[in-house]
Amino acid sequence: MRHTLEDFVRALRASEVDVSPAEAIDAHRAAAQVGWSDRTLFKDSLAVTLAKTAEEVERFDACFDTFFARDEFVDATTPSRADSTPAAGEAGDLARMLLDEDSAGLAQAMEAAAAGAAVTGIQTGAQRSLLTRRLLDGMGLRELESLINRLRTSETGDDSLAAELAVRRTALFVEARAFVDRQAELYAAQTGRRLRERLLSRRKLTAVEPEDVRAMEALVRKMARRLAKRYARHRHRAKKGRLDVRRTLRRSLGYGGVPFEIAWKRRTLQKPRIAVLCDVSRSVAAAAQFLLLFLYSLNEVVDRLDAFAFSDRLVCVNDLLDDEKVDDAIELILARIGFRPTDYGRAFADFCASREWAVDRRTTVIILGDGRSNYANPRLDLMRCMEERSRAIIWLNPEPETYWGQGDSKMDAYRRFCHLAKTCNTLEQLERIIEDVLRAYSPA
Amino acid sequence: MSASLEAGSPLASVETIIEGLAGVGYIASRRIATAVYMSAHLKKPILVEGTAGVGKTELALSTAALLELPLIRLQCYEGLDESKALYEWKYGKQLLYTQILKDHMGASLAGAPDLETAMEQLRGAGDLFFSETFLETRPLLTALRQEGGAVLLIDEIDKSDEAFEAFLLETLSAYQVSIPEIGVIRAKIAPMVFLTSNNVRDLGDALKRRCLHLHIPLPDQRLEEQIVAARAPEVEEKLRRSLVAFVQAVRTLDLRKLPSISETVDWARALLLLNVESLDGELVRETLNVLLKFEQDIAAVEAKIPEFLARPAGA
Repeated sequence: MRHTLEDFVRALRASEVDVSPAEAIDAHRAAAQVGWSDRTLFKDSLAVTLAKTAEEVERFDACFDTFFARDEFVDATTPSRADSTPAAGEAGDLARMLLDEDSAGLAQAMEAAAAGAAVTGIQTGAQRSLLTRRLLDGMGLRELESLINRLRTSETGDDSLAAELAVRRTALFVEARAFVDRQAELYAAQTGRRLRERLLSRRKLTAVEPEDVRAMEALVRKMARRLAKRYARHRHRAKKGRLDVRRTLRRSLGYGGVPFEIAWKRRTLQKPRIAVLCDVSRSVAAAAQFLLLFLYSLNEVVDRLDAFAFSDRLVCVNDLLDDEKVDDAIELILARIGFRPTDYGRAFADFCASREWAVDRRTTVIILGDGRSNYANPRLDLMRCMEERSRAIIWLNPEPETYWGQGDSKMDAYRRFCHLAKTCNTLEQLERIIEDVLRAYSPA
Repeated sequence: MSASLEAGSPLASVETIIEGLAGVGYIASRRIATAVYMSAHLKKPILVEGTAGVGKTELALSTAALLELPLIRLQCYEGLDESKALYEWKYGKQLLYTQILKDHMGASLAGAPDLETAMEQLRGAGDLFFSETFLETRPLLTALRQEGGAVLLIDEIDKSDEAFEAFLLETLSAYQVSIPEIGVIRAKIAPMVFLTSNNVRDLGDALKRRCLHLHIPLPDQRLEEQIVAARAPEVEEKLRRSLVAFVQAVRTLDLRKLPSISETVDWARALLLLNVESLDGELVRETLNVLLKFEQDIAAVEAKIPEFLARPAGA
């Protein structure tokens, strides 16, 4: 039984329930405590030891049901014929079990063969046929087939017995196939998805196929959550006070110079602010949706984020991100100012004048855009002003560096004022850069 | 704790836990009872998650009542540290002690011929300054030092800082605390520990790994009826069924804050005060503010009242 539990833990890991060795040990202890007889009790005990968030509980339940769905072998056609048993006596175990409809025995044999064929090591769906074959071989299919042949050709043979065996063999095929399918669902389904996610995170934001949009969105959210988690950890550090000698002495005066009340220094935390300016104009339309989505997800988890969107004008989108649901928010933003020609100069002017928010030394400004300003005044003076007043300006440009400064791109002029100007065209790059930003510009 | 796990104790099996908790007014689902059972048998804390008002804190209170153990509660908040959670020195008394010591020192050391002998005598006198006499125990230490065991409730752990979370690890995994000046203090009887979290922030993996995890979802119609019956027994069965059905219907909407169990119970009690016998649209509209906490939510539900009331109960 230990192996079964270990396999189950592996299946859980494959379906994105993080199980550490310590938790696996807990699960074994829990199983030993409650035993295997009561299915609900067993499931609940494993659930409390292994699944550690609400989402993990859901995935756990699904995985448990698939994993322990060892359905019974259904008997193929006719009821068992007692008279056939002696003839099968000379045959292998498999033939006998098939004829006796020994479903428990068959299930056991299949488990044993599965262990031999390493079916649970399945990586991709493509291995299914191969593994089914190996599984059947492990159960003794070859002997069964030669037996059927022998029965058909030999004169004393029993044709009807051969026919019956053949029918049951077909049923066995179906069972084996279903078994392997289940294993594939348990162990391989997630590998495929993970592979796709990795590819997607490296796909250019401007070249995402419509059918991948959903997956991409999920990925964006995951990244934002991961970032926020790490970022929150940074923010909570360095809080412990040190002895404040001056105030302790001052207070001690009341007690005749005895330091009766001790005062601690409280370092006030300088929470960093982040202002994100996101270009949603025509030239970056393809990427804008994901940038906004990223912004939205980040806004949900970082508490000091000010979000702006701009094309020819700039608007603060904090309220929209806070109040609306993600799809509505993005749609509203795009409807309000999206897909128009960009004017960076005007946008910066709006930004500097915006009453919601003034740049100060704690502020990191992140600009997401291509720097293509349609030959309008780039307002470098405002950019300089922002540089002087902010903590840092970071510019993430979806275009490769060789395009910067070509045509109507003012990127080469803008980049002089940026602490960091980088090409950012895939989610992976986006995550990495934002992570650097959060790490470098949050207080140590 | 092992003594209390024998047959006949409330913790002997999942069924006895369900029964026992029902006896003290807490209707537990099987999964909740299993979590309590596993916690008692594996001696691990339970991390209870779920939306506000779903009965997380209540579970700890009821378990304490069931086991007839003292409940020790530690409410977490930002800035909570070990001097408030674990122990502190009684600075004032320590100060007085040194004053007394100073006065007596002269007299007791008068007989010593030289400094070395004086030091020797001093060492023999024993140092009380950092001793349990001057230890002010806070909830965690109090729970560990309870003679007959205890139920420790660490409420809203997600509101505390990460540093505090890390500090809890020793207490939770080994049921002991290290006080540098005294040494390690171990629990004689491991307390039963409940941690609750509203998911304000994600908890660290290290903490989660040391705990059993229990997520309490919003209950289904049947369970919620049982809960209302236990909490507000005066409510007639017919009214109970229809009000729970209404709440269940409200939960299918997309609201800012879905009504949880505590709101259902409050509503049931409010209806009781109004001497209501059956729900009607006007009444629901007037008492909706008990159930929902946001203006927008109330507006959204108001539009749907006739439709929800028309549905057959239990559908």
